[in-house]
Amino acid sequence: MKIVGLSGSIVGSKTRTAMERTINIITEKYPDIEITLIDLADFNIQFSDGRNYLEYDGDTGYVTQTIMEADAVLIGTPVFQASIPAPLKNIFDLLPQKAFLDKVVGFVVTAGSPKHYLVAEQQLKPILAYMKAQIVQTYVFLEEQDFYRKEITNDDVIFRLERLVDDLVTLTKTYDSIRKEKEAEYGF
Amino acid sequence: MEKYRIKPNSGLEFGLYTLGDHIADPHTGERISNQQRIKEIIELAKMAEQAGIDFFSVGESHQEYFTTQAHTVILGAIAQATDKIKVASSSTIVSTLDPVRVYEDFATIDLISNGRAEIIAGRASRVGVFDLLGYDLRDYEELFEEKFELLLKINQEEVVNWEGNFRASLNNAKVIPRPLHGTLPIWRAVGGPPASAIKAGYAGVPMFLAMLGGPVSSFKRSIDYYREAAKRNGHNPDELPIATAGFFYVADTTQAAQAETYSYINEGMKLTNGSGFPKQHFAQGAHPQDVMNIGSPDLVIEKILYQHEVFGNQRYIAQMDFGGVSFDKLKRNIDIIGTKVLPEIKKHTRMK
Repeated sequence: MKIVGLSGSIVGSKTRTAMERTINIITEKYPDIEITLIDLADFNIQFSDGRNYLEYDGDTGYVTQTIMEADAVLIGTPVFQASIPAPLKNIFDLLPQKAFLDKVVGFVVTAGSPKHYLVAEQQLKPILAYMKAQIVQTYVFLEEQDFYRKEITNDDVIFRLERLVDDLVTLTKTYDSIRKEKEAEYGF
Repeated sequence: MEKYRIKPNSGLEFGLYTLGDHIADPHTGERISNQQRIKEIIELAKMAEQAGIDFFSVGESHQEYFTTQAHTVILGAIAQATDKIKVASSSTIVSTLDPVRVYEDFATIDLISNGRAEIIAGRASRVGVFDLLGYDLRDYEELFEEKFELLLKINQEEVVNWEGNFRASLNNAKVIPRPLHGTLPIWRAVGGPPASAIKAGYAGVPMFLAMLGGPVSSFKRSIDYYREAAKRNGHNPDELPIATAGFFYVADTTQAAQAETYSYINEGMKLTNGSGFPKQHFAQGAHPQDVMNIGSPDLVIEKILYQHEVFGNQRYIAQMDFGGVSFDKLKRNIDIIGTKVLPEIKKHTRMK
């Protein structure tokens, strides 16, 4: 199983901190899973100009192709101006319409205020559903007070991240076996 | 219709098209040489003619996994090797070519073939050609519209006066040679959403509609929009032929046809498009109301006739060589087309 972590912001540290912690949980609990963390802050990504994702080169080509090869994607997003950040939306725009078909997508959200809790529910989930993702319905929402100097200090958050990881892995295996069983019936 | 060399009385035209893809056979992992692939395409056209198939076309894609970039050269070879079959492109990317050169090439193919050449002009679904030939992808739409207009003008006027943004002006330029009967059938290739179909209708040019999969009724919408747009702009839709294009494969049973062809299409799409063909969608392709003509001869005949009834199309063209399908399998398909599919289709669509 291949999981790609996508840290969807090029500023700040909370999303990256949460993503690194989540990735560590995956590595500890599931050492067999191949995992790649893409922090958009480390890449120079061009804006989508409508071409097929295979036709981008450099960082843009690397990031899109790495995501397309994943079985599951774990997205980390902050909330900017009551929405997801532009670099993350750009990744969605770079990918084909059905990019998440046969993939499970889970996510963690960091925000400066609890008032932003529904941003992911109302803005991120519809995009993922449109792109055919099987969504892990429950996500982890982290606030400023859950961090202290780039560390997560709230144990409840850690427990929730552990459950998110379990759900992501279990659902990926489950959908994979459901699909295989269904595909075996087709006989081609 | 005569202007486009279509004779409605003789029934639905049946053709073959290839994108000129050059992909390893997923069953063996082996890829034939460029040379062999090109020669097999020419051979396929000859066999198609012998089986009574009406039309054969070759496309151009300028990137990895394709080998018919110089499609007009291949069409020249096919023109020389055949006597009756229509030879055309599927499609010619006029956006990144000079319409004058395109016309010179196709008029020449028309002379070699004794009046059998046609141009299908497209915008490219794979855009590698833009970088390769030095065009800006941002001009994607305008490049096509301007050059397509020029191409149509050259078809009407031997001496051309023209100016535009993407090519030097033409002042009393004589574009020669002229095709055998004065003009060539020039079609617009259309895929995806109806917007492009509307443009074709608006210009009053015949339409080639690509359909990979999905319900017949969805594609009917593009056809309706096309005819409406043509009418609105003063053209008579009854004089504008429509061709539809899509996946085709026949075997003894539908199950066998699906089993034989799925991995070619799935692996081929992965390499050229970056996403495979989901099995669930492919399985639905066998539905009589889906456009994908893969199945037993009976099913495929039923589907082509149903599509003809709904669309009122004058031509159907089949893509059956995508993804590294072996030549043996193509031969067998041509055989079944010639002996089973064509006779039924002609019988039911010919005017009595």
